[in-house]
Amino acid sequence: MKLWIAFWSILVKDMRTYYLKPPNVTWGLIFPLAWTGMFFIKSGSGLESIPELLPGVVAISVLFGTTSVLAVTVTFEKKNRSFERLLLAPIPLELLMLAKTSGAILFGVANAFVPVVMAAFLADLSQVSWGAFVPAVLMIAVASTFLGLFIAVAVSEVFEAQTFSNFFRFPMIFLCGLFFPIEKLPVFLKPLSYALPLTYGADVLHGTVHGRHTMPFSLDLAVLGAFCAALFALSLRNIRRRWIA
Amino acid sequence: MGDDRVIEVSGLAKRFGEVTAVDGVTFDVRPGELFGFLGPNGAGKTTTINMLTGLARPNAGPIRIGGIDCTSNPKAAQRLIGVVPDESNLYPELTGFENLCFCAGLYGMGKKERRARAGELLDAFGLAEASDRKFGGYSRGMKRKLTIAAGIIHQPQILFLDEPTTGIDVAGARQLRQMIAGLHRAGTTIFLTTHYIEEAERLCDRVAFIVSGRIVRIDTVERLVQPIQAKHVVQIACASAPPGVQGDLAESFPDVDFSLPGSGLIRVEADEPVRVGPLIRFLEDQGVEVSEARRLRPSLEDVFVRITGIEADAMRREKEKAGGGR
Repeated sequence: MKLWIAFWSILVKDMRTYYLKPPNVTWGLIFPLAWTGMFFIKSGSGLESIPELLPGVVAISVLFGTTSVLAVTVTFEKKNRSFERLLLAPIPLELLMLAKTSGAILFGVANAFVPVVMAAFLADLSQVSWGAFVPAVLMIAVASTFLGLFIAVAVSEVFEAQTFSNFFRFPMIFLCGLFFPIEKLPVFLKPLSYALPLTYGADVLHGTVHGRHTMPFSLDLAVLGAFCAALFALSLRNIRRRWIA
Repeated sequence: MGDDRVIEVSGLAKRFGEVTAVDGVTFDVRPGELFGFLGPNGAGKTTTINMLTGLARPNAGPIRIGGIDCTSNPKAAQRLIGVVPDESNLYPELTGFENLCFCAGLYGMGKKERRARAGELLDAFGLAEASDRKFGGYSRGMKRKLTIAAGIIHQPQILFLDEPTTGIDVAGARQLRQMIAGLHRAGTTIFLTTHYIEEAERLCDRVAFIVSGRIVRIDTVERLVQPIQAKHVVQIACASAPPGVQGDLAESFPDVDFSLPGSGLIRVEADEPVRVGPLIRFLEDQGVEVSEARRLRPSLEDVFVRITGIEADAMRREKEKAGGGR
């Protein structure tokens, strides 16, 4: 059986029914715009602050974009039982879930480049190391999507997924060094920062945009990769335990 | 497992905490057979289907689908089967055509092939005119038809139909039954769960009754009915039954009992199978115009009530309350 056809069918179906729908396109544009505007205005500094704020805005756009859509594409389909149709298809669960999350990953990457495009008109981004920036964005999108998947399979209702997502998302804004350096956090919060995937993604983004980072890129990306693998494996385990029980 | 079994289940069990939903179920289904699985709500029908199709894992009992161990290799078994769940669970945002093409894609069918097959099924199911309409806007009957079409898009050897006609109007249900019969004639093995006993009686080769997670009887409709049939009964319809015909018949056929239950009807009862030829000839010699002679037998519903103690009407009402009435 041609498994790639099944993979492609799921991805295209999700893109058409969810990600390319006007409300999601609007959300994908407005949400990063709102974050960008909010932080630029709040920072009180001029356009020279853009490189400082850009990594945080990019990371937060990806995080909120991916986790929000996963709650719909997985939890909603599980709730209305159309997800059963996918579970009945003769394709490995791993491939099925990769197909199901690929659309969200692409959506997250697209979200990330909304503030980048905006910043490109307002600031000089010639110093950005795109060779590391783009892989970092992709890895953040994968990790955030798999976090969204982990949340989506742990709950039964869409509203529960959104609530549970916020339990992770809002602390990450403050704990992952997006806008406030981790070094300035109270000592007791620092271990928590390093237990969150976005910390490593944000470190790479800071490093690639304005050169300040605390860990080697290779370590950041390796840890992000480990988070991705762990979240995906946990999600698959939960699907097998809860949905194919 | 022999080649004459496409589904084989032995001692199948499923527990949810303290509740045993399926308790030691054993049966097999032969190639090309239409096998009915009948029982009230909560009897374990859907749980059994879920285990057979790989949507649930049994606590005990091997399942073999087309010779493949379904518990250890569910994905290989899923290539052989099509499933029509008890809810029409296609995608409301996609059109009928897109839904079928998507389902075909899940089975690795190429673009040309899936478009051709989708068009063919939309024609066959009378949905060609609605092919470009979104599934969400379909009527309940149309949704059911498209869900069945999606279940057979990849031409499975075995089709699982879970309550296919529940909540559909009489005409729609009749049309669906004709479609199911057509699939059966074409050689598809069908596993059908239904609470409409008359539906199972009309369609199925063999029937299993499941109550409280246990199979209480499996057999052909003919054999299920036989034990509760004390006498052989034939009803003859004629243009008019002349006065005295009952006495004439009783005199000529002393081993048979006759009665006149209604205008133009003669009821014939005997301990042995009734030979209708001599009866009809006798009546015609008497100048009686016979229009029909048919054997009366207990319905499968009578058998179900006798065996399970559950009133079929109550079962139907309960289901329709839960799933939308017909």
